[in-house]
Amino acid sequence: MLNYLWAAMILIGVVTGMCTGRMAEVSEGFVEASKEAVDLCLTMLGIMAVWTGVLKIARKAGLLEKMAHWLRPVIHWLFPEIEPDHPAGAYISTNFVANILGLGWAATPAGLEAMKALGSVEEEKAKQHRPHFEKGTASSEMCTFLVMNISSLQLIPVSIIAYRSQYGSSNPTLITGPAIAATMVSTAAGAVFCLIMSARDRRRLRRRMGR
Amino acid sequence: MGHIVSFISSAILPAIIVFMIIYGLCQKVHVYDTFVEGAKDGLKIVIDIMPTLIGLIVAVGVLRASSFFELIGQWMAPVLDRLHIAAEVFTLAIVKMFSSSASTGLLIDVYERYGTDSFSGLFSSLMLSSTETIFYTMSVYFLAAKVKKTRWTLAGALVATGAGIGASFLLTGYIL
Repeated sequence: MLNYLWAAMILIGVVTGMCTGRMAEVSEGFVEASKEAVDLCLTMLGIMAVWTGVLKIARKAGLLEKMAHWLRPVIHWLFPEIEPDHPAGAYISTNFVANILGLGWAATPAGLEAMKALGSVEEEKAKQHRPHFEKGTASSEMCTFLVMNISSLQLIPVSIIAYRSQYGSSNPTLITGPAIAATMVSTAAGAVFCLIMSARDRRRLRRRMGR
Repeated sequence: MGHIVSFISSAILPAIIVFMIIYGLCQKVHVYDTFVEGAKDGLKIVIDIMPTLIGLIVAVGVLRASSFFELIGQWMAPVLDRLHIAAEVFTLAIVKMFSSSASTGLLIDVYERYGTDSFSGLFSSLMLSSTETIFYTMSVYFLAAKVKKTRWTLAGALVATGAGIGASFLLTGYIL
């Protein structure tokens, strides 16, 4: 995906530059932009180090597990058919906590485990009472889990704050409050959609089994 | 109102940091040693994403220099003008669905051209904070679960993303 996107960006840029007679600017663009990227990373080094440092304290103090525990009612509400002590639930809450704190690299492994666990939940169910089960089809839980991930759970947009400060904002953290509000709106919209769709899936299944 | 938003916003990050340190002290964690250890991870993360960022910021820099965004802006002008949205911000919303590092490149471009605290700058900041890359996330996770039929995942993702963009737009008006 990114391979094509990146190549297309460069090609479109150079071709457009040729057509609009801005070859000199394009040529300079290569040099200037790479310098800019390095400056940006220097700013990022500082704020990311502070953030991951503080989060390491939280992890060692057991705060992350505690947060996963606080999330259990939410998990139960979104995934009513997952037993509270099933590993899938634990992976999902770990993934959510990591996402909320902006720990993308910790969120992905837990998320992949969660997807695999949800897959085996589906197979178990199929053995018991779902003759119409098709392998390779996303379960309602998988859809919900992914929509929640895509809806962005991250509360503090640490890297955006870093970019804002690098580009001369007088108040880089100004967006924190509104960003939390916007994230909550997108997550709430995604959650409502998932609850409606999951309920519809369950109704359909019940009708099919009644027949 | 802007005052209150700005005060609360600037208090959140320090409050979280203080809370985590105090919680750590209560659990008898060697907070400073642990901080230093964790900060090393942060450095590694930035070094890891640095090549990606360089590649994409260069690509966006080339696009910008070629006046590509002006062309898109002219083409989309009837719609974008009515909403007072810059062409770059529109492109950003689309690219964000595919790649978060590519959208970072575009965000920087918006900051440089319009300023971090302009309408476009704030709107883009909020939009990127409240949405995630749809297609990348879906392909990675469904590949791991060996799922081919994704059913209503994409629809739900678009609902959430649309709500995030809409909320960012309204909130930006509110901050300014």
